Amino acid sequence: MSIDMAQFHQVFFEESFEGLDIMESGLLNLDMGDVDSETINTIFRAAHSIKGGSGTFGFSSVANFTHVMETLLDEMRDGRRQVTQSAVDVLLGSVDCLREMMTAIQDESEVDEARVAEHKQALETELNGSETPVVKEDSTIAPEPSSSIPSNDEPTISGWKISFCPHTDLLKTGNDPVRMFRELAELGDLEVIVDFQGVPTLFELDPEECHLSWTLILKGDVARESIDDIFDWVEDECDLSVQSLSAAQSGIDEAATATTALETQAPIEAPKNSPSASTTEQSETPAPVKTPSKDKGASKAKPPAAKASGSIRVDTGKIDTLINMVGELVITQSMLSLVGEHFSLDKLDQLKNGLTQLERHTRELQESVMNIRMLPISFVFSRFPRLVHDLSNKLDKKIELKLVGEHTEVDKTVVELISDPLVHLVRNSLDHGIEMPADRLAAGKPETGTVTLEAYHRGGNIVIEVKDDGKGLNKDMLRQKAIEKGLIDEGTVLTDKQCYELIFMAGFSTAEAVTDVSGRGVGMDVVRRNIQSLGGNIEIISELGVGSTMAIHLPLTLAILDGQSIAVGDETYIVPLGSIIESINITDDMVNRVAGKGETFRLRDEYLPIVRMHDIFHVESAKAVNLIEGLIVVVEGQGVRCGLFVDDLLGQQQVVIKSLEANYRCVEGVSSATILGDGSVGLILDIPGLVRLSNQ
Amino acid sequence: MEQETVIPEDIDEKKLENLVQFLSFTLGDEEYGVDILSVQEIRSWEPVSRIPNVPSYEKGVVNLRGAIVPIIDLRERFNLGHSEYTSLTVVVVLQAILNGQSRTMGVVVDSVSDVIHVDKHTIQSAPDFGTKVSTEFINGLASVNQRMLMLLDVEKLLKLDGVDDIDTHDEEY
Repeated sequence: MSIDMAQFHQVFFEESFEGLDIMESGLLNLDMGDVDSETINTIFRAAHSIKGGSGTFGFSSVANFTHVMETLLDEMRDGRRQVTQSAVDVLLGSVDCLREMMTAIQDESEVDEARVAEHKQALETELNGSETPVVKEDSTIAPEPSSSIPSNDEPTISGWKISFCPHTDLLKTGNDPVRMFRELAELGDLEVIVDFQGVPTLFELDPEECHLSWTLILKGDVARESIDDIFDWVEDECDLSVQSLSAAQSGIDEAATATTALETQAPIEAPKNSPSASTTEQSETPAPVKTPSKDKGASKAKPPAAKASGSIRVDTGKIDTLINMVGELVITQSMLSLVGEHFSLDKLDQLKNGLTQLERHTRELQESVMNIRMLPISFVFSRFPRLVHDLSNKLDKKIELKLVGEHTEVDKTVVELISDPLVHLVRNSLDHGIEMPADRLAAGKPETGTVTLEAYHRGGNIVIEVKDDGKGLNKDMLRQKAIEKGLIDEGTVLTDKQCYELIFMAGFSTAEAVTDVSGRGVGMDVVRRNIQSLGGNIEIISELGVGSTMAIHLPLTLAILDGQSIAVGDETYIVPLGSIIESINITDDMVNRVAGKGETFRLRDEYLPIVRMHDIFHVESAKAVNLIEGLIVVVEGQGVRCGLFVDDLLGQQQVVIKSLEANYRCVEGVSSATILGDGSVGLILDIPGLVRLSNQ
Repeated sequence: MEQETVIPEDIDEKKLENLVQFLSFTLGDEEYGVDILSVQEIRSWEPVSRIPNVPSYEKGVVNLRGAIVPIIDLRERFNLGHSEYTSLTVVVVLQAILNGQSRTMGVVVDSVSDVIHVDKHTIQSAPDFGTKVSTEFINGLASVNQRMLMLLDVEKLLKLDGVDDIDTHDEEY
């Protein structure tokens, strides 16, 4: 049974995390003055599903915690409670806490009880503190699966619970319990549970003795007197107790059957005790601060492992397209095999047609399979409203966040890896970029600063921009700082672009003081490295006093590349098409030699170094040794331009990128490998690496 | 050979437990063996794509059902001279776990001979010739039909100069 449940856990966690996201965004959208009931309903529903799910799967601590949240939300939903900023903040905190609990459960690590208790406390204070303290303390104990179904008849069941233990000689006095029960049944809905534990073995049994006892549950509007009337005759011959049902609610389960009572009770009591225990612990020991932070570190280190095996949610539309495509492919295949079975020359046209179709379908199939990996960038963007909300409160700044182009689709890997660098950039914009409200007003800008996150496609790239209308980057200050830190020499002349690039250097920070938001100077170089590892680059545009823009350029997909095959001797290499500017034939008079050795050529007022492929890769079979015999392919990579000297251009093709390092090693000048049409391996060139190689 | 004196009654059981299978192959006059569990497949030689600026014993890479797999010439790796590749030249594809990752590599050998059962206890440790003869890849020596079989350490064999020392270096930080 436990194994069966475990296979649904992953789905439960995914749904719960989604639910938490919904709650978070809903809470952030709540407008204090004018509360949209639909928003609260959405938040409530999400909380309710999490409660129900966690109850079902036996995560009673989560269920208990969510229940308190739900109670608070329920009151807001019914309009019994005013939506206040403090309540929203408490709820947001609880969402975070819940997320941590879930992560802990998922990783099978320890849930931080102290933190949970703290948040629960805050929620309860919020519940009790305000004008309408309609809290049912008992209701916190409801993690049974049944509570996930919103049952309305649960709270008030009128009726009685009668426990009836007749003495052994009851029958001898001429009283028959059956007759009494029949009379009871006439009064209302009767449920009879018999306890035959007292019955002796058959040898000892006296048929005139009564060894049974009963628990009777009588539902309905029945007066106590009428019950007493029925038992009037046997009062002295039995132990009788009559309780009203609402008082004995929990007792029913106990009596139902001993085993089920045990099962349900255990999960109810365990979580109830532990939080309260840790609350007292917390009040006694004054320094529980350390444990949470330590746990946080531990839990932070863990998630990547869980993420790596992560699943992907795909739009059903995409799957349908894929299925259609496969259907077409099967039809083409059967058509071709029919042609092949009885082939004669007059069927040549048919064959050619079939092959063309096959080619088209394969390409389409490839495209739609790649499409499955594409996710809208909103997966990344959605976390920012919260971040900006929290940070602007912390920094006492007024900041509005604008999201543009959330539906732009990017590769799943990009989505996963870009979010940390983006968070860093946005934090930087908030902390360093946007000025304090007073400063903004003094500078003649609106009091509220704007940070824009925008994503769009350009060519084969996706561009993600973080734009702010803050104070912009101060070139002179950057320069000064770099000189102070010894990163550049006093006399170095820098272009604007190079000035901005300084912030990407390790150990550079412009913040006057290190805050807990940013300013440690370890961030930007990591940001750039992360982006470069995705095959992208980052560009800064800034104007002093007006604002700055960080534009991240990323390749659309990481698995397929448009490539240009080039020939060097017998060998074939692939140059990423995106990095090729042009290909030219050069003549001797265009070539200059620097210090007699380094060859450069002049291309429209620019001198570019020539990288002889056959030289640096030691290709012995190269046909073109003289520069006139071959071709110069002008390429650019990470701001470096050069001319690759090759034998010939072969053709353009899409290539699937294969890692060279998985089984082999990293080779200078080669970024990865691919499999060419003839099944052999072709190497994909890494332009900056080639330039480095040629300089050695 | 004194280890072979086992108690008679459980000789079969003991033997089975201690038997290790090795794939033996030849390089020139010498005979080598690798643990058969690390052998993925045996292929015939096919042209490779050359990789620039790497040691000459790293012949290049091939496409092994979609994976890029490097091919190493063992003769050159062990400084046993160079041999001509013919259609009879054999590539043994080996697999091992290095730094927690599975790594596949093909090694070029002259010919594959046999699968040999060796009793664990009869394996002798490799003799130390000092710096004169490198025995870094040899795990031990076994005797089969009066011939000496050099048992290779596949993990060490699959480690490439300049790659894996860097890897372990990185992990320390």
